[in-house]
Amino acid sequence: MPLETAEYLLALPEIWVLGMACLILVLDLFIRDDSRILTYLMVQATLVVAALITLAVQVPEPVLAFGNTFISDGMATLLKLFIYLVTGMGFLYARPYLQDRGLFKGEFYVLGLFAMLGMMIMVSASHFLTIYLGLELLSLCLYAMVAFNRDSGTCSEAAMKYFVLGALASGMLLYGISMLYGATGSLEIAAVASAIGAEEGSSIVLIFALCFIVVGLAFKLGAVPFHMWVPDVYHGAPTPVTLFIGSAPKIAAFAIVMRVLVDGLGGLVADWQGMLVILAVLSLAVGNVIAIAQTNLKRMLAYSTISHVGFLLLGVLAGTPDGYAAAMFYTITYALMAVGAFGMIILLSRAGFEADELEDFRGLNARNPWFAFMMLILMFSMAGVPPTVGFYAKLSVLQAVIQVDMVWLALVAVFFSVIGAFYYIRLVKIMYFDSPTDEAALQSNPGLRAVLSVNGLAVLGLGLFPGGLMALCSAALL
Amino acid sequence: MSFERIIFYAFAAILVYAAGRVVTARNPVHAALHLVLAFFTCAGLWLLLEAEFLAIVLVLVYVGAVMVLFLFVVMMLDINSAPLREGFIRYLPVGLAVAALMLFEMVAIVGVRYFGPDQVAIPARHPEGYSNTAELGRVLYTDYVYPFEIAAVILLVAIIAAIVLTMRRRPETRYQDPAKQVQAKKADRLRVVKMSAEKKQ
Repeated sequence: MPLETAEYLLALPEIWVLGMACLILVLDLFIRDDSRILTYLMVQATLVVAALITLAVQVPEPVLAFGNTFISDGMATLLKLFIYLVTGMGFLYARPYLQDRGLFKGEFYVLGLFAMLGMMIMVSASHFLTIYLGLELLSLCLYAMVAFNRDSGTCSEAAMKYFVLGALASGMLLYGISMLYGATGSLEIAAVASAIGAEEGSSIVLIFALCFIVVGLAFKLGAVPFHMWVPDVYHGAPTPVTLFIGSAPKIAAFAIVMRVLVDGLGGLVADWQGMLVILAVLSLAVGNVIAIAQTNLKRMLAYSTISHVGFLLLGVLAGTPDGYAAAMFYTITYALMAVGAFGMIILLSRAGFEADELEDFRGLNARNPWFAFMMLILMFSMAGVPPTVGFYAKLSVLQAVIQVDMVWLALVAVFFSVIGAFYYIRLVKIMYFDSPTDEAALQSNPGLRAVLSVNGLAVLGLGLFPGGLMALCSAALL
Repeated sequence: MSFERIIFYAFAAILVYAAGRVVTARNPVHAALHLVLAFFTCAGLWLLLEAEFLAIVLVLVYVGAVMVLFLFVVMMLDINSAPLREGFIRYLPVGLAVAALMLFEMVAIVGVRYFGPDQVAIPARHPEGYSNTAELGRVLYTDYVYPFEIAAVILLVAIIAAIVLTMRRRPETRYQDPAKQVQAKKADRLRVVKMSAEKKQ
């Protein structure tokens, strides 16, 4: 079967990012340390051009390529664009932090680009093999990035934990996939779906495979009870890496959940719905309750991620197009909020000082009212206070859950969200009503300040006008 | 019993014995060597299944490269494995019970009932002159070219990550710089001190 040029055109964004990552890797060797910013600019330019290419090669109808291992459709296009956006913001926030600590190296950005390539592969995969390989590419880059600050013990410890548990999760996923292959005779998502559809009832082997796949995905998403790595990794990793792990990969993880559970194993919806209900309820409970006990902001945000994953799963388990669109909206807006929140930690940090304790935000309003207001918007959005986008995201997920007559689940979600609102609002109280103990100036990088402001305002603006993004999400899933 | 079947059972018996010795051998070098034996017999079984490419790769890569490296490490590190074995007998019953339970569960779910010959058709024999290697190459570069390229990228990232994590300046490490050593002059190392002769006291 000869390959057509058209197939390569469909994968042009991936090919471009791969080519540029390799090129930047080599060029970076010839750039002196004091002009390292060139590497950074090339990386950002790569992202912008990748976005343009993605828009140029998008197709109205889903198209398969490369022997049905690659799919180009609306969901892939939309999620890729947001992955570029979030990754670009993450790289921008990372720069002052890395410069202050002598970590501003080309390899950070090259590994970041490769990780992004992994996410793009996951997002437009239509074959279990591609999903697995994309996931491994992403994970491998993330392990190395977590350990990037080699002189820090906590970084190495976090990387080790992440690596061991990540490898375990990959093994689980792979075992489930191998069972699936045994039961259906194919690894193409469409072929698996039709093989499951042709079978009456669900065989025990398929359920066995499904269990392992759901466990593997839950590990990667960080859903309870497979969340043990999340707080340690978020806490131990350098803040820009935490920012990166906590944002864009969530979008890619959502994409593979959609591809695997909905597109591939949609015939087993009755079986995985129950599993996701357990994961979602536990994630909401554990994430929100344990976050209250945290004094470290990065740990608190890690537990908050766990609770947000619970919401994401709620949208998916509703099993309706509205639910999927709501979950997609939730994931994208959560990635924007997480980037902003970790960006604030970077804004308050400086050489030799990490502003990752709640105490470090004490009296931020007196030090800088504008950025205290930005943090207020981000925290309110995570808590789900109107008119921020977090409120609308939670509302649309709950609507989808209620539509399928699972009112009790919606009540549980609201109950734990109210508990969770406490620790977000506690941070607001610390910023506004306590007096500052630390008078040092914030990071003065103008790019960081400008984008962080836009980030905060976008969270507010999307909350006031969510219709556009929501329509895009619904259209992407058709 | 056909000759092929005899070979299968012979290889299978050696494989099980070798695998068992890997776990039970007291000397780590013996364990590694038994693992080599296990790989060899495993390659033999794959040859019986007409998977000659996999069989050769197993011998070349695992026996030829991985296990040799492993043996080097084991011989250099002088690992005392005695503490690791403490309580082997004490935990044996629990371990055996768990293993038996897991075996039972796996067989119940993924046993002959779902993957037996009546469920999955027995693959047909390949005609003479069929090349497993050529077929694999053909599929890898056509149907699976996209995953194949991604796998290549993963290997590239592994190299980059390994270099990023290990290559760094460590102030406590002493380096030799041959260029500097060659350029050293007599004047750098030797100091001739002029002093007048002194009489022994």
